[in-house]
Amino acid sequence: MKTDAKICGMGHSMKRKEDPRFIRGKGNYVDDIQLPGMLYMDIVRSPYAHAKIKKIDTSAALKIPGVLAVIDGPTLEKYKLHWMPTISADTQMVLPIDEVMYVAQEVCAVIATERYIAADGADAVEVEYEPLPVMVDPLKSIAPGAPVLRKDKKDKKDNLAFHWEAGDRGACDNALAKSDVVASQFVYLPRIHVASMETCGCVADFNSAEGKLTVYMTTQAPHAVRTVFALVAGHVGLSEERIRIVSPDIGGGFGGKVPVYPGYVIAVAASVVIGKPIKWIEDRMENLQADSFARDYHMKVELGANKDGTMTALRIKTIADHGYTNASANPMKYPAGLFSICTGAYDLKHAFCEVDAVYTHKPPGGVAYRCSFRVTEAAHAIERVVDVLAQKLKMDPVELRMKNFIPTERFPYKSVLGWEYDSGNYPAALKKAMDIIGYEALRREQKEKRSRGELMGIGVCSFVEIVGAGPSKDFDILGLKMFDSAEIRVHPTGKALARFGTKSQGQGHETTYAQIIAEELGIPASDIQVEEGDTDTAPYGLGTYASRSTPTSGAAAALAARKIRAKAKTLAAHLLECSEADLDWVPGKFFVKGVPDKAKTIQECAFAAYTNMPQGMEPGMEATHYYDPPNLTFPFGSYICVVDIDRGTGEVKVRRFVAVDDCGNIINPMIVEGQIHGGLAQGVGPALYEEIGYDEDGNVFGGSFLDYYVPTALECPKWETDKTITPSPHHPFGAKGVGESATVGAPPAIANAVVDALSHLGVTHVDIPITPEKVWQLLRKAGAAE
Amino acid sequence: MKHKISVTVNGAAREAEVESRLLLVHFIRENLRLTGTHVGCDTSHCGVCTVRLDGEPVKSCTVLAVQADGRKVSTVEGLEQGGKLHAVQEAFTEKHALQCGFCTPGMLMTCSALLERNRKPSEQQIREAISGNLCRCTGYQNIVKAVQYAAEKLP
Repeated sequence: MKTDAKICGMGHSMKRKEDPRFIRGKGNYVDDIQLPGMLYMDIVRSPYAHAKIKKIDTSAALKIPGVLAVIDGPTLEKYKLHWMPTISADTQMVLPIDEVMYVAQEVCAVIATERYIAADGADAVEVEYEPLPVMVDPLKSIAPGAPVLRKDKKDKKDNLAFHWEAGDRGACDNALAKSDVVASQFVYLPRIHVASMETCGCVADFNSAEGKLTVYMTTQAPHAVRTVFALVAGHVGLSEERIRIVSPDIGGGFGGKVPVYPGYVIAVAASVVIGKPIKWIEDRMENLQADSFARDYHMKVELGANKDGTMTALRIKTIADHGYTNASANPMKYPAGLFSICTGAYDLKHAFCEVDAVYTHKPPGGVAYRCSFRVTEAAHAIERVVDVLAQKLKMDPVELRMKNFIPTERFPYKSVLGWEYDSGNYPAALKKAMDIIGYEALRREQKEKRSRGELMGIGVCSFVEIVGAGPSKDFDILGLKMFDSAEIRVHPTGKALARFGTKSQGQGHETTYAQIIAEELGIPASDIQVEEGDTDTAPYGLGTYASRSTPTSGAAAALAARKIRAKAKTLAAHLLECSEADLDWVPGKFFVKGVPDKAKTIQECAFAAYTNMPQGMEPGMEATHYYDPPNLTFPFGSYICVVDIDRGTGEVKVRRFVAVDDCGNIINPMIVEGQIHGGLAQGVGPALYEEIGYDEDGNVFGGSFLDYYVPTALECPKWETDKTITPSPHHPFGAKGVGESATVGAPPAIANAVVDALSHLGVTHVDIPITPEKVWQLLRKAGAAE
Repeated sequence: MKHKISVTVNGAAREAEVESRLLLVHFIRENLRLTGTHVGCDTSHCGVCTVRLDGEPVKSCTVLAVQADGRKVSTVEGLEQGGKLHAVQEAFTEKHALQCGFCTPGMLMTCSALLERNRKPSEQQIREAISGNLCRCTGYQNIVKAVQYAAEKLP
C-alpha cells in the first residue's frame, strides 16, 4: 500500500529534490570550485603509441610568465609516486620515466597561475621521442613469441594480463559435440567510451599547516579513493584521517569516474609539493583518448541445441583487449566481471566460458560503459547467438526463447555457471513486449514489405542483469568488501539528515533515498536531507556503479530506518504509558491497538528522544547500517525493436522500441523510467554509432565528438516503456536496481533487428556499431543495394 | 593584447579587460563567476555551453569574449525573473527532463529560444532544435515532453 502523498514513500513519482539547483544553474560541479590561490594544471600527452622518451625540454615553458613548474616522471620518482596500482591490482605509470605505452598517455604536467597559461606551457614543452614498434592487435599480442609489452613486470614472458574461466570445459565440449545443431558466431564488441557530458577533473588542496589533503574530484567511489590514496601515498605522509575526498555534483559517471586516473595523482602531488590548491580539468579530447575504455571483447560464441530447439550447451571463448594495463573496476575474484551470467535467461545444462585478457599499446581498458561487470558483453553474446540459432533452425526467435526460458517456478534458480538467480518471470516480460508492439502484425508487415523489396527488421532481446555487488564472501575491490552504508539522524523536530557511502551522478539519490526512509518512518521525504560524497561526513561505502546503490545503500537505508522505528516504538510506549506489545504502526505513527486516537507520531517520538526519554534510554535518534547483501539481484527485461533500412545508403532507422523492464519493487516510477530512457539511448549509441578505433600505429579514431558519435535527439526514437514487477525475495524492500539494464538489453535488440531485416539475403550477423557503410557493404555483397 | 569590452549580461552592464583569445564561456564562468554555463567539449559539438547572444542561442565555447562587446548575453542564471521560474525550468522538473544536470543549462537556453520563435513546435521540430545539445542521461524523450509542456504553460 502506498503512503499518502504528504509522506511520499515508495511508489510515488516524487519530483526530484536535486532539480531546483540544477535548473537554476546552481549545481556545484568540480570546475565550479574556486579556492584562494588556486593554480591550474595542464598535461602534455604522448603523440606515439610506443616510444622512448629521450628528452623533455621544459626551458621554453618555464620562461612563460605565470608558468611555475613542470612535473615529470623523475619529479614523482623522488617521492616514489611515479607508479600506482589500478583498481584491479595491476600497475600503471603516473608519469613515465623513459617510455610511453599509448597515444595520449600523460608525459608531464605544467602548473601555472591561469588556465590558459598552463595550456601555453604544455604547448611549449619539447619532448624528444624515439618511436618503437607498436602492438595494437590483441590476437597478435597473445600469439606465442610476441614481444613482451610490460617489461616493467619482472619475469613477464607474455602479454597475458589474466586468464579466467568458469564452468566445466569437458562436459560442455562433450555436450556441444553431441548436439544436433551448433550455432557458432564470432562477435566483436568494440571499444567505447562513456563520454559523460562532464569530463574528469579535480581540485587538490594540500594544507601544509594541518597536514591535511582535501581533493574535490569527479569520483563515483570517494571512500575507496581515500583508502587507495592512503595506501599508495602513506610513505609521503598522507594518512587516511587527514585525507578528505569530496565528490561534488557529478555531470554523469556511467563507470568512467570509478578509476583513479594519473591526472588526479599528479594534481595531488603538485599540491603537496607546491603547497597550493591545484585544479585539473580534462578537455574532451583527453577524456575520450586517455580515460579508461569499456568493452573490446573478441568472442567466439557457440550454442548447441537439439533439432526441436532445446538448447544444450553454451561455450564462449574471449580475447579481451585491456590496453596498456588492466584498469577494470571488477571485484578481485571476478577479473572478467560477472561475464558468467552469459547463460542469460535460458535453462542451460552445460556451459563454459573463458577470457584471456591481453595487453596492447592502447589506453587502459576494461572499465564500465553504464555496465561495470561485463554483463553487456555476456548479454550481447547470448542474445545474438540465440538469433543465429533461430535462423539455423528456421524458428521464430520468440518461439526459441520461450521454449528455453528458465521456468518461472524454478526460482530461485541455480545457473550452471554458479549464480543463484533470485527471482524472475521471463515469459511474462516477453509476452508483454510482444503485445505492446503488436508482434504478429509486424511479422505480417515485414512479409509484405519484403515482397516489395523493402527492408524492415524486428529484433528481440530477453536479457538478465546481475547487479547489487555484492556479498562480502565473494566481492571485494582491492580487499575492500563491497557492502554499503546508510546513517540516519532524526532531529528533535522530526526532520532528518541521511548520509550514504554511495554517490549519485544523476540517478536522483537525494530523492529516492529520502523516499525509502519516508516509507519506513513516515517522515515526509521532503523533510529528509540526503548527503553523499564527502568522506569526512558520510559513512564508508564502495560507491555508485554496477546498479548497486539501491540493492546495497538503499537496503542499508531501510534497515537503519527500522532500527530508528524500533526505538521510536519504545518512546511511543513510554509516552502513551502502555506496553510496546499494545502498539500498532501506520506510516508516521504508533497507536494503541483498537484505539487509533491514542497515538504518537514519529515526530513526537523524535522530540521525546531528546527531551523526555525513559529512564536509562540512550538519548538521541540515530542509526547506522552497513549492509552486506546475502546475494546479488537479477533484474531482467524483454526488448523488441523495429528498424527500417535504407537500401541506398545502408542507414538504419529505429522506428519503434518497446522496453519491458523488471527491476523488482520500484521506489520512484518517474526516476526508474528516466533511467531506462537514458540507458536505451546508451544502447542505441554503441549499437549504431559509437566506436573508439585505432590504426596500426595506435593512433585513435573517435578521439573527439567530431568522430565519436554520441546520439542526439534525432537518432533516438520515442521510447515505449512498460514493466513487470517481480520483487527480489532477499532485498529488504524487494528492489533490484535498474540503472544499467537498458544499456545491457538494447544493443542486441537492435543488432538482432538489423540481421532480421537482412536475413533473407543470407546475412546471419553484423558487429556493432552497425554503421551505414557496414550495412551497405552487406547489401552490395548480396546484390541488394540500390 | 587586452581589450576593454562592455557586455550586458542577464540585464546588467558588465565591463572588463580581456585577452583577445578569451572564450566567451570562460569570460562568463571565470570572470563573472556565473558557473551555470558549463564546458563539455571545446569543439562546439555538445552544446552544454549554450547561452543566448542578442537572443540567439550560441555555443559560448566557440565565441570570443570580444565578439560579445556591446551585445546582450543571457545565461541560465537569467531565466528566473523576479523569483519566478521560466516555463521551461518548471517544465524540466515537472517532466523529469534532467538527471545529472550538466547539459541542463545549455538545453534550457536552446529550448527557451525555440519557444520564442515557435510557440507550438512539433515533436520533430523540438528534436531538431535540440539536436545540437547532447544529453547522455535522459534519452531526450522527457526533454521533448518538457518543451511541449512549457509550450502549453506559456502565457
